[in-house]
Amino acid sequence: MSGVLPVALESASKIIGYLMLSTKEYVAVMQLHGHVSEERLKKIIKSFVGRIYQKPPVRSSVKRALRIKEIYNIEILEIQYPFVLMRIECEHGTYVRKLIHDIGDILGVGAHMRELRRTRTGPFKEDETLVTMHELSEATYMWKQMNDDKPLSDIILPVEFGVSHLPKVIIMDGAVSAITHGADLAVPGIAMLHEGIRPGDAVGIFTLKGELVATGIARMSTEQIIQSTKGIAVKTKRVIMNKDTYPRLWGRRKSQ
Amino acid sequence: MSSVGEGLVERGLDFIRKLDEYAGLKRRLVLVKHEVTTNPAYGKVPSERTLNEKLRLGIINLDKPPGPTSHEVVAWIKKMLGLTKAGHGGTLVPR
Repeated sequence: MSGVLPVALESASKIIGYLMLSTKEYVAVMQLHGHVSEERLKKIIKSFVGRIYQKPPVRSSVKRALRIKEIYNIEILEIQYPFVLMRIECEHGTYVRKLIHDIGDILGVGAHMRELRRTRTGPFKEDETLVTMHELSEATYMWKQMNDDKPLSDIILPVEFGVSHLPKVIIMDGAVSAITHGADLAVPGIAMLHEGIRPGDAVGIFTLKGELVATGIARMSTEQIIQSTKGIAVKTKRVIMNKDTYPRLWGRRKSQ
Repeated sequence: MSSVGEGLVERGLDFIRKLDEYAGLKRRLVLVKHEVTTNPAYGKVPSERTLNEKLRLGIINLDKPPGPTSHEVVAWIKKMLGLTKAGHGGTLVPR
């Protein structure tokens, strides 16, 4: 299987969980084991959109217990019997091979997955930022052998892109250091934030310069935060920023 | 409004809008504070990071080739770039 596999470097690895749990999109080729009408094919495939039960395949990395997975959308791109090309948008942890096998069972003729390519992992898609191993190795060569670090620098995206799908809370400079030391984010430290945040949502905590400080879980909604003057707004979960990036302004007696 | 760092806030917010656009996140930013500034002496807009900074706080949108496992691909990248740690987002089985 090929396709979109974001790779996080060094400290950026801390955000990988947010990508693992993100929505995935695939393009797959299903091979039918017998003939079914186009009308029936479309109807049965459509019936798999929504919450489905799925038992992980024999060769899988998780416990083989029946799980509920959500299929957000299946779009038939092309039919050339016995092959059906389709785009599948689904919840993380969905086994597309199994999904196609199950579609074959319901169709009554059986089917298996012929080819699979991941076209999206959370915010990462097949766009101008996608690079092949070949391009990466060439850029590395330019850096190491030719002393030209531009190609590699252009390929590596700032870690912030890896949490770009999360709602954001932007904080004042004075609050940054405390967060990097593990403190939770209190209302007075917030400069601005996205609308529609609800308690329990995963959020990214950013500086006014756009740097990711940490990830957290919202304790208040956007409205509650706007209306409050104190209290914990976000519980800090994972600190990404280096502790010494912003000056420590807290926990000390005010000097003159 | 302070003049120092005001343009910097604009650049920071531009970067955040770029992130939202990248992810297709359509949400409005709501201002809580009336006056916001940031000190240019600390940190920087992420798009201005040097290569060495990116190697510590960066992410690659990799097109994994069919064949090797996600794990093998990450091990190659680690070795190639001389990293101690790297992680991938969601295993893609070899074939």
